Amino acid sequence: MPTTTTQTRAGNNRAKGLAAKLPDKTLHGWLRDLLLMREFELRTMAAYQQAKIGGFCHVYNGQEACALGTIRSVEPDDPVITAYRDHGHALARGMDPKFCMAEMFGKVTGCAKGKGGSMHMFDKPNWLFGGHGIVSAQTPVGAGLAFAARYEWEVLKKGLDGGKAKKKVCLCYLGDGALNQGALHEAMNLAGLLSIPVIYIVENNGYSMGTAIHRGTTMAKDLGRKAAAYGIEYLEFDGMDMMDVYDNFKPFADVLRDEQRPGFVNLKTYRYQGHSMSDPQKYREKDEVLTYQERDPIVTLSDYLLNERESLTDEQYKDMQKDVKAQVRAAVEYAEESPEPDLSELYSDVYVNREKNLSPLGPDVYVEGAGNALLEGN
Amino acid sequence: MAELTLVQAINLALTQEMESDERVLILGEDVGKNGGVFRVTEGLQQRFGEDRVVDTPLAESGIMGSAIGLAMGGLRPIAEIQFEGFLGPAYDQLTNHAARYRTRSRGAVTIPLTVRVPVGGGIHAPELHSDSPEVIYAHTPGLKVVMPSNPYDAKGLLISAIRDPDPVVYFEPKRIYRAFRQEVPEDEYTVEIGKARIVEEGSDLTLITWGATTLQCIEAMDNLPEDLSVELIDLRTIYPYDLDTIVESVNKTGRCVIACEAPKTGSMAAEIATAIQEHCFLRLQAPIQRVTGFDTVMPYYKLEMQYLPDAKRIGEGVMACAGY
Repeated sequence: MPTTTTQTRAGNNRAKGLAAKLPDKTLHGWLRDLLLMREFELRTMAAYQQAKIGGFCHVYNGQEACALGTIRSVEPDDPVITAYRDHGHALARGMDPKFCMAEMFGKVTGCAKGKGGSMHMFDKPNWLFGGHGIVSAQTPVGAGLAFAARYEWEVLKKGLDGGKAKKKVCLCYLGDGALNQGALHEAMNLAGLLSIPVIYIVENNGYSMGTAIHRGTTMAKDLGRKAAAYGIEYLEFDGMDMMDVYDNFKPFADVLRDEQRPGFVNLKTYRYQGHSMSDPQKYREKDEVLTYQERDPIVTLSDYLLNERESLTDEQYKDMQKDVKAQVRAAVEYAEESPEPDLSELYSDVYVNREKNLSPLGPDVYVEGAGNALLEGN
Repeated sequence: MAELTLVQAINLALTQEMESDERVLILGEDVGKNGGVFRVTEGLQQRFGEDRVVDTPLAESGIMGSAIGLAMGGLRPIAEIQFEGFLGPAYDQLTNHAARYRTRSRGAVTIPLTVRVPVGGGIHAPELHSDSPEVIYAHTPGLKVVMPSNPYDAKGLLISAIRDPDPVVYFEPKRIYRAFRQEVPEDEYTVEIGKARIVEEGSDLTLITWGATTLQCIEAMDNLPEDLSVELIDLRTIYPYDLDTIVESVNKTGRCVIACEAPKTGSMAAEIATAIQEHCFLRLQAPIQRVTGFDTVMPYYKLEMQYLPDAKRIGEGVMACAGY
C-alpha cells in the first residue's frame, strides 16, 4: 500500500544532495539549459509583441526548474506529456529551439509544420507527446502512455521498436488549474486501481489563469489528500531550485519505476509573466512577483556553481550566456526566414492517406507525403 | 461457413485480431468478467487474460483518454463505450484530441484507436441509450465513422477499423445485434472503409441508408409496385462516405431518397442530399426526400416506433419521390 510522504528541503544544504555529486559538466549543462529556456521565452515574448507569432502564447519564465529538474531525473525514452505552457518542456527534452520557434511562427519548418503552434509542441523522437490546449486533457492520455509502456514490458516482453522492453515511467505535467477537471480524477483513479506508472507533476504556480489556488481548489493547502484518495504516493517540494528538484524527484521516480506504480508531485513554483500574453494581471501585486524572482532558478544555480562549488568562472559564465543568446537569435532568424506552409498542407496529415473527396482544392493539389521529409531527421 | 449474428461476428473479429496481433487490447466498463453490456466481448477475458481485456471504472473520459495514450504508445486499443449517449463524457478526448493528434504533430503521433459504440433505437431503451449521433463524429475531421448493417460487414469492417492507422468510431446498431444470422467466413477478411454496398441494383430511384434502417428499407422495397426499380445503397462507412457510388447511382436513376434514424436537421441525410445536388443537379428529376427521425430528443419507448423510420414511412417517401 503506498504511503503518503511530504518532503521539503531548504536550499542551503544542497551541497550534500544527489545533484551536487554529479560532474561539473552535467551541472554546467543544466545551467545552460535554464538560460536557454529563459532566453527563448524572452525572444518569444518579443516576437509575439511584433505580431510574428499568432494564436495564444503562454511563457514559462520562472518555472524552468520544474520541467528541467524532473526531465533530467528520468531516461530520455520515458514518455513526457504536458499542458499548453510547453516550450520549456520541449527544450528540456532536447528539441532544437529553431524548430520550436518556427512552429510558433507558423512556418513549415516548425516541429509540427506550423500546424500545432505554441500550445502543441510534439517531438516523438524525444518522447514528447505534446502540449495540450484543453486543461487536464493530457492526464488520462498520460495514464495511457504509461499503461502502454507497462504493457510492452509485461505482456509483449519486448519493445515495440523490436528492442528490449524496460520499465518506464510517464511524466504527465499539469498546472494547479487542472486539479479540478474531472478527467484528472478519472485518470488518477485508473492509475491507482491498475497501478499504472504515471507520475502526475503539478506545476503549482498558485494561479489558475487569474484565480488564486485557494479561491478555486478545495484543500489547496493539503493536495496530498487528493493523491491519498486514489492510493497514489505523494511528494511536495520547492520547484524554484533545480538541484532541489533533482534531489527530491530522482529517488521518487526511481522507486516508482522499479515498483511500477503511480505518483503525484506538488511542485511549488511561480510564473513571472501573466497566464498568457494578454493577461492584465489584476489578481496579484508586483511585489509578489519580485519576492519569487529573488529565488530565481538561474540565479540560484549560477550562484552555487560560481561561488560555492567554484567550478565555473565569471568569464565562462559570460561566454555561456553569450552562446545561448546567439543560439536563440539564430532560432528566431531561422523561423523568420523559413517558408510559409503551402496551401496543400491544409489537407495533409488529417488521415494517414488522403481521402478522396476530402479536398475542394482538387486531387492534383495534394502530394503524397509532402512536408514529411523533416520527420525522419527530427 | 457458420451462420452468425452481428454480435457473434463482432466477437469473432475481436478474437481473431487479438490472436494475430498482441498489440490489440480491449478496455471498457464490464468488457471482461461480464463480457460487455451487450455480451459482445463474451469469453475474451477468459481467453486472453486480464491484461488484454481490461475492466475499467465507469469513467468514459478516462477510458477514452487512456485508450488514446495506449494508441500513442504504439498499441492497438479497442475502447468500448456502452451506449452512444455515453460518448458525451468522452467527447473532449475523442474529438479535441484523438481526431487531431496527427495534424497537430504533422503525422508524427498517430492514434490507431477503435471505439466500439452500440448505437440507435429500437430496443425500448430511453434517450442516451437510443440516439443516432453519427453525424457529430462524421463532422469531426480526423475521425472515421463506420456502421455495419449485417454480420458479414460487421466482421470485415471491424478488422479494417482495428488495422486502420487512424481513429475509427465503429457504431454497432444494437437493434439488430441478434435480429438475424448470416453466413460469415471463418477466415479473416476486411471490408474497405469508405466503400458503400449496393444491396440491390435498380434503375428508377436510389434509396440510400445505413445501419439498422437498411432492414426497414428492404422491407419497404418488398411492398413497392413491381414496375418501380429501386437501387438500394447501404453506406457502411459514414465518413469518409462513398460519394462515387452515390453519384453514379443518382446520375443513373435521377431520383433519391435517404433514410436514417437521426434527427432530420443537419443529419448525414442532409449532407448527402447537398452533395448530390452539387454533383447530379442536371440529372435530378425530383427533389431529394429525407425519411428520418424527427428534430426532437429520442422519445421514450411508447413513441419510439413512431419516431423511427419504418417500412411504411420509407415506402411513402419513395412513392412521393417516384411520383413527382
